[in-house]
Amino acid sequence: MGNKLISRMTNAAKPKDMTRRGFLVSMTAAGVAFGFPRASYAAMDPAAVDGVPIQATGDTFEPSMWYWIDANGQVNVNIIRAEMGQHVGTAIARILADELEVAWEDVHITHVDTDEKWGLMVTGGSWSIWQSWPVYRQAGAAGRTALIEAAAKMWDVAHDTCEARNGTVTDGTNTATYAELVAAGIGRSFTADELAALPLKPHSELRLVGKDVTALDIENKTNGKAIYGLDAKVDGMVYGVPMLPPTRLGSSVVSIDDSGAKDVKGYLQTLALDDPSGTVPGWVVVLGETLMAAKWASEAIAVEWSAGDTANVSEEDINARSRALIADPETGGILPTETPDTTAAFEGAADTLEAEYTTQTVLHFQLEPVNATAFQNEDGIWEIHTGNQWQSLILPTLSTALDAPADKIIMRSYMLGGGFGRRLNGDYTVPAALTSKALGGKPVKLVFFREDDAQFDSPRSPSVQKLRMAFDTDNQVVGMEHHAAAAWPTGVLVPSFMPKGVNGAPYDPFAIDGADHWYSVGAHQVRAISNELANKTFRPGWLRSVGPGWTNFAVESFMDEAAHKVGADPLAFRLEHLKAEGYNAGSAPNAVGGASRQAAVLQRVAEMSGYGSTDLPEDTAIGIATTFGQSRSMPTWTAGAVKLRVDRENGEIEVQKMWLAFDCGTVVDPDGALAQCEGAALWGLSMALYEGTKIENGNVADLNLGSYTPLRMIDTPEMEIDFVESTEVPVGLGEPGTTVVAPAIANAIYNAVGVRMRSLPIRPDDVLAALKA
Amino acid sequence: MIDFEINGRPVSVDADPDTPLLWAIRDEIGLTGTKFGCGIGMCGACTVHVGGRATRSCITTLSDVEGTNVTTIEGLDAEAKHPVQDAWRNLRVPQCGYCQSGQIMQAAALLQDIPNPSDEDIDAVMTGNLCRCMTYPRIRQAVRDAATAMTGDTNNG
Repeated sequence: MGNKLISRMTNAAKPKDMTRRGFLVSMTAAGVAFGFPRASYAAMDPAAVDGVPIQATGDTFEPSMWYWIDANGQVNVNIIRAEMGQHVGTAIARILADELEVAWEDVHITHVDTDEKWGLMVTGGSWSIWQSWPVYRQAGAAGRTALIEAAAKMWDVAHDTCEARNGTVTDGTNTATYAELVAAGIGRSFTADELAALPLKPHSELRLVGKDVTALDIENKTNGKAIYGLDAKVDGMVYGVPMLPPTRLGSSVVSIDDSGAKDVKGYLQTLALDDPSGTVPGWVVVLGETLMAAKWASEAIAVEWSAGDTANVSEEDINARSRALIADPETGGILPTETPDTTAAFEGAADTLEAEYTTQTVLHFQLEPVNATAFQNEDGIWEIHTGNQWQSLILPTLSTALDAPADKIIMRSYMLGGGFGRRLNGDYTVPAALTSKALGGKPVKLVFFREDDAQFDSPRSPSVQKLRMAFDTDNQVVGMEHHAAAAWPTGVLVPSFMPKGVNGAPYDPFAIDGADHWYSVGAHQVRAISNELANKTFRPGWLRSVGPGWTNFAVESFMDEAAHKVGADPLAFRLEHLKAEGYNAGSAPNAVGGASRQAAVLQRVAEMSGYGSTDLPEDTAIGIATTFGQSRSMPTWTAGAVKLRVDRENGEIEVQKMWLAFDCGTVVDPDGALAQCEGAALWGLSMALYEGTKIENGNVADLNLGSYTPLRMIDTPEMEIDFVESTEVPVGLGEPGTTVVAPAIANAIYNAVGVRMRSLPIRPDDVLAALKA
Repeated sequence: MIDFEINGRPVSVDADPDTPLLWAIRDEIGLTGTKFGCGIGMCGACTVHVGGRATRSCITTLSDVEGTNVTTIEGLDAEAKHPVQDAWRNLRVPQCGYCQSGQIMQAAALLQDIPNPSDEDIDAVMTGNLCRCMTYPRIRQAVRDAATAMTGDTNNG
């Protein structure tokens, strides 16, 4: 009966712009009446105990789709970004509230679902604040303008005699609250041109931006009430656990024998998934009435697979392939630097320096393993309940997998138990959807146990990089080359995002950003190379700080090596080459000041850390590094210094203190900014010294915390973090802190004991071996 | 049927006695504040109190807790105002928040055992709880602040 009714309702007309509120109400009613699956609420308002967003009282005024104000003066701000620890809704809502001139206590947020009207939905790249800043300021200014106009009209005064503050308009004689004005009815709308022409408040008038306010998601994260994807509940749902094929791609199921599971109480059935989208080839899902029934059954089920051709691939194979690709000058895309042809510079060089850097595979290991709950609701809509960072990317894939039009699929927003880029790739939603589809739309909660999550991760690719520098007879730098080979996440998952290089070949900016640095080095060739063996062995992922997390390990280690080669101090050597000239002069609005701002944060971190002081204990030293965060188009000027001691006996590195300085333009959320930079820097430390895995037999070798060892509290050093005061455009802070730590550590190790570590992670055995060499 | 008390309320859970306590709490009893991270007792996201002791519920079976008192994050304090929770909010410790129920339960147990922990005590105990957002500096400070608040309360009382 269920299926028939669902298909009939699919054809029924449904208003396209049905509000979520209306939708929830009708869904609840239908659920009660017909016994359809009913989901508990998603975490759309992270400040509400049940996740249910605030509902408007009386009339509302919606100056744009980004918010409404109701007759009680309450403001609801719509957020398209995922909450994964950045308090992003709080940061974005305050940008709007500041321009709108409302009290923070009256501001609420709603993490919206995936209605088409919201446009591109992605949370990554440290883009959220940078991209939201102009949009939400404009939206807030529109509301303020409309409310002032309405008040002026009511009092029959000129609108420029009125001002708005704290949810109230006054002309000095009369006052009206926003609540009163909205209740009286406001119909003002703005054209795009009108919006663009609205006056924005000067920085001196900002009252919420740059000030401390309480993040709206924090309370529920201290009392157990925050709702993550794993907490999703749907009436009548069954539980599924995956059985993963031996290779990420190219495997197929030969046979399934579930006879051993028949005695497991609550075991339901085992499905070999049929996936038209090709996302999860060869997958098997085991279903149970409880999660453990499914899990225990899966342990008793024998599946025979025909493996894909990557079943024996190792990290060494991948790196060997990278080296071969780097040796072939015809491969890869060459970035549009100022002078990409370095032939003459190297041919005429009096001296050259060359070094190879490698980094190992890294797991996201976000603490909430990936999961998704899927079902078809009474309107025939497929609902995917999960935490996700790039809904717009996975929806078309879900459409193919489910063979359903995109407007029949909706994703509900949950808190993310860590993102770090893992949930940019929403591949984990596909097997949940396929399982539900195989069951005729019945609700299925697919849970990955940790080992499955790790094996199915989209890890940070291992990388090989070759750097070269050319010097003239005066030891001046006249050319530089940077060749980087790795798997390309964007190349595999979103090839349309790839720009073309100067040689006509496309390149993945997220596998090379950082190498196109702001140092003036004469001719400068930057070549990004896709390792196709890596691309087909695992799904390459974007992982916190992405390319700059490993390209800068090479760039900033190499800058120290180059300085030492010519007998210069590494700090002075960098400053000498960070000149805001020509290609590195910078441009408005995002990179005003160019290389001079990078030089400034570097100098600041040198002062903070006492870099260069000579009275440190034996085998103890400070190393420095500087980057521009995530990309030249959105530079976050970043510098770091690390003080450490090397134990010559066992090779252990004791990191004693880290200093970081950032120039991110306007700081919107000071405490959130600090928290992001603390976390990012410690990620950098973790990937420099403590975590890393390897591809073995076509899969990552480390699947859980027994052998995968991210940073713990006991190894967490003291940190000092400083922000440059600025009124420039706010840029991102989620990742830049990660980028400077590994090279600063490698440089500090060299300064402490004279050995150069060129592979990440730097393990005690590697240090010992280098000391003995 | 396994009988025990959870957050002061008697429950009877009809599930396989080998079921990890974690999943019984989350899926049978319906308290989802306790989280799943690694399943091998090494991340601490699933930490609850059993008989007042910090316990990894992912490696504790339902049969293990027969007749005991279990406390989860939801029952640590009726109004969620345990000094550890206050300290966590004051310092804005949580980022993604997923590990924080376990961190808070671990910290509350620590302060019960060692009311005035040294920095080394805090590191030694709390290092068993992984925070992937790396909020460690704030957790460390929040435990210190909570200790001060709690011993202050004791002295005043």
